[in-house]
Amino acid sequence: MASVIEGDSVLTLDVGSATTRAMLFDVVEGRYRFIAIGQSPSTAHAPFNDISAGIGEAIESLEEVTGRKFIDSDQRLISSVQEDGSGVDAITATISAGATLKIVIAGLLSDVSLESARNLAESTYARVVESISLNDSRKEEEQIDAILRANPDLIIIAGGTDDGASQSLKKIIEIIGLTAYLMPKDKRPVILFVGNQKMEADVRETLEMLSSGFHTTPNIRPSVATEDLRAARKELARAFIEIRKKQMPSVEELDMWAGGRALPSVFAEGRIVQLLSKLYGSEKPLLSVNLGASSTAVSVGFGGRLQTKVYPHLGMGAGIAELLSHTSTENITRWLTIDVSPQRISDYVYTKALYPNSIPATQDDLQIEQALGREALRIAMSAAQKKLPDGVPTLKKNLLPSFEIILAGGSILSNAPTFGQSLLILLDALQPTGVNTLILDANNLLPALGAAAEINSILPVQALESGAFVNLATVVSPLSSSRYGTNILKASLRRADGSVSVVEVKQGGLEVLPLPIGQVTDLVLQPQHRADIGQGAGKKISMQVGGSALGLVLDGRGRPLDLISDEVRRRSLIKKWLWTLGG
Amino acid sequence: MLAPVSHNLALTTIVRKRQLPVKGEVITRLNKRVLASDVIAEAEYSHKHHLIDVARILGITSKAAEKKIGDIRVGQNLAAGTVVASGGGLFSPAIKVEHSGHVVAVGGGQVLLDISGKEFELKAGISGEVIELIPDRGAVIQEVGALIQGVWGNSRISSGTLHVLIEKQTDILEASQFDISLRSLVILAGSCQDAKSLKSAADITVRGLILSSLAPSLIGLARKMPYPIIVTDAIGKQAMNLSAYKILSTNNQRENVTVNAAPYHQYKGTRPEVIIPLPHTDLPPAPRDVETFSPGQKVRMRRAPHAGATGTLRRLPDGLETLPNGLRVLAGEVKLDNGEQLIVPLVNLEVLG
Repeated sequence: MASVIEGDSVLTLDVGSATTRAMLFDVVEGRYRFIAIGQSPSTAHAPFNDISAGIGEAIESLEEVTGRKFIDSDQRLISSVQEDGSGVDAITATISAGATLKIVIAGLLSDVSLESARNLAESTYARVVESISLNDSRKEEEQIDAILRANPDLIIIAGGTDDGASQSLKKIIEIIGLTAYLMPKDKRPVILFVGNQKMEADVRETLEMLSSGFHTTPNIRPSVATEDLRAARKELARAFIEIRKKQMPSVEELDMWAGGRALPSVFAEGRIVQLLSKLYGSEKPLLSVNLGASSTAVSVGFGGRLQTKVYPHLGMGAGIAELLSHTSTENITRWLTIDVSPQRISDYVYTKALYPNSIPATQDDLQIEQALGREALRIAMSAAQKKLPDGVPTLKKNLLPSFEIILAGGSILSNAPTFGQSLLILLDALQPTGVNTLILDANNLLPALGAAAEINSILPVQALESGAFVNLATVVSPLSSSRYGTNILKASLRRADGSVSVVEVKQGGLEVLPLPIGQVTDLVLQPQHRADIGQGAGKKISMQVGGSALGLVLDGRGRPLDLISDEVRRRSLIKKWLWTLGG
Repeated sequence: MLAPVSHNLALTTIVRKRQLPVKGEVITRLNKRVLASDVIAEAEYSHKHHLIDVARILGITSKAAEKKIGDIRVGQNLAAGTVVASGGGLFSPAIKVEHSGHVVAVGGGQVLLDISGKEFELKAGISGEVIELIPDRGAVIQEVGALIQGVWGNSRISSGTLHVLIEKQTDILEASQFDISLRSLVILAGSCQDAKSLKSAADITVRGLILSSLAPSLIGLARKMPYPIIVTDAIGKQAMNLSAYKILSTNNQRENVTVNAAPYHQYKGTRPEVIIPLPHTDLPPAPRDVETFSPGQKVRMRRAPHAGATGTLRRLPDGLETLPNGLRVLAGEVKLDNGEQLIVPLVNLEVLG
């Protein structure tokens, strides 16, 4: 594979559980741009059981769109740009397809090292299926049998501060070693050791031969008070790809195409969030949410630090039925403007679970699907909110903070027929506070950019600035305890031609000031009746804002958003909000 | 575009590979005819162990404990009460095995016994002839007959004579329809919407239930039923697709019908299926698992507003089509069996073949 130098074209492949995407980035007028995307249903699952068919179709579709060949007549990738314009200089790859990894975590204390191991495990497409620690009251053989029954793909071993005690960890290593020994050789898990570095050689000696892959990283809990997942996340990403190679034919080849740098999509996405949070400094965090088929993922970047959480029980595909055990049908129907029975919601969910790639074909079904998306995102955000990076400023306890940018992806959001629908799903589910810019990743580019960042640091930044993403709106959400109908915010937009638009939003209301893409204007936000938009009660903010698909949106509906219980009035309000945002 | 395929075939050659999850012993033989519930391979796949930590019990070092353990070896069977080690002193009692089992590991002053005493048994899952043996793992079995694939199964396998209990594809099962004459039969039974029906079927010990649809609230109960349950069309309330109904209803009273209610698994590729062995002269063609959408194919709608309806794919328009709800998708023009013509997203179609 050719090395990437500035000016090289980059083909990025993203293999999702529902869709496989081939995306082309190239230099146009001296800057990297997103050129085009080709998509195909994924073929990771039966009866294909081979991701290559989906990749082939996605590349073929990209060839049709661009008129450029990437695959030669022998079905081989053209690995550098030829004189006739065919080929590509570099390839990156990301994967989210495949069964959720089963991870066993082991550590010394459940609220220290085990907690960190759990945080690490939950940063990828995985479920913690078993855990052992010193607090475990089960007999050793019961722990062994529990791990055997869990049949893990991966075991994460944490524990011990660096230079700390090692004897207790030895006992845990012995249990894991004995368990691995009892497993058939072809069923042994990959082992990732992230504990006391003094023990690394001993652990390797005991477990390397009993695992199907042994990885080690610096301690994720170097001291009792410090958690550092950075290096471990990267190693976990490699372990994930290693496991996928064994599970799915052609991942090996894909990784080879990508120069051995294939990554889990969520890791690549997190890398961009982290990169952007460094660029934006440490005043406000960045948020990325992805409402995917196999899971919902939330990443928060703050001053270069990253917190990623993947919720496999909140995926919108084959596992969607699990959502019903985390929320009620009433919580789902409250977002609808139509009368739908709990039975119908349940039928809808199970049909979607049986046919995860299918889409709603009627207006009612689309509403139900979007309501399910709202609930999945709401629950994910509410869980992620409890684990925000240290120091993230919040306007009020238990409410989401104000973000510099909220990046959103996933087919429910990106395929919504109107931007107004996408925005309303996000505002209802996330309920941001203060001033936030909401950006839609309509082509699911974020993982691709994260993967490309490893070999070309300029590409993601320039591609992000090139309009590859849809700037949905700048949303102002004041916090106010005023009565319904009271004016809480006045916004004045002064355009370049001198014209001024003024709008006032009332408690409970939603207003829009259109501001086309390409325009930059001066905005003055004057809270009324002691409303707070981030600077303190009643404090004015003056700022410049750029245009966006929907413009400036003033969301006075309250935080937390309290939907009225009267069904008729509630449905009429939701219709009105949607109409305000363009339908 | 690649198309998902669901098989509803009146006569085909069905080949299924059946393998143990771990290495074991294959106990069937080549060219043998088997029934779905016959065990074809066994393995030790134990999840129940007993650890005797001699060093800890006697309060001695691992090395010293190893000497006490003596000549106990991996693979050795130990009956309950067998002395593993003895402290030797007046007040150091002998350490005895509490549960019979065989030794799977010895070392570090410890003895680990497998006490499960049970073997993992792999059933054939399909009636037919063993056409290939997979050493240490299982076998490939071939059958000729009708094949109907479903959407949901409760993980059980059985076989029996097929009895058609319904008169039309839209019928809903009533508990009162079950009587003792249906004992040991595989029942084609329409849509199931109440728990009583499932329990009545268990009471008279049916060999299997083939349903068009199942109420979501009954999923938990259906999983607990001792007989296999296959749902052909939907979780909810939906009629059986015409193609499956025709094949099943025309095979009333056929014997050795396999009901393999393996749950649908995206990645493993398992699907619940009904296999009806049929007489044949030559081997009919095997079904194709992978198709590309093309005009003329028989298709089934997976989603509302025509969920379960079957028809023929007439045309594949270029570019994206806009649905009434505003979504823009790749779609196909389908003529339903009732003559109605409509545009359907390709992802909502499956090819029947």
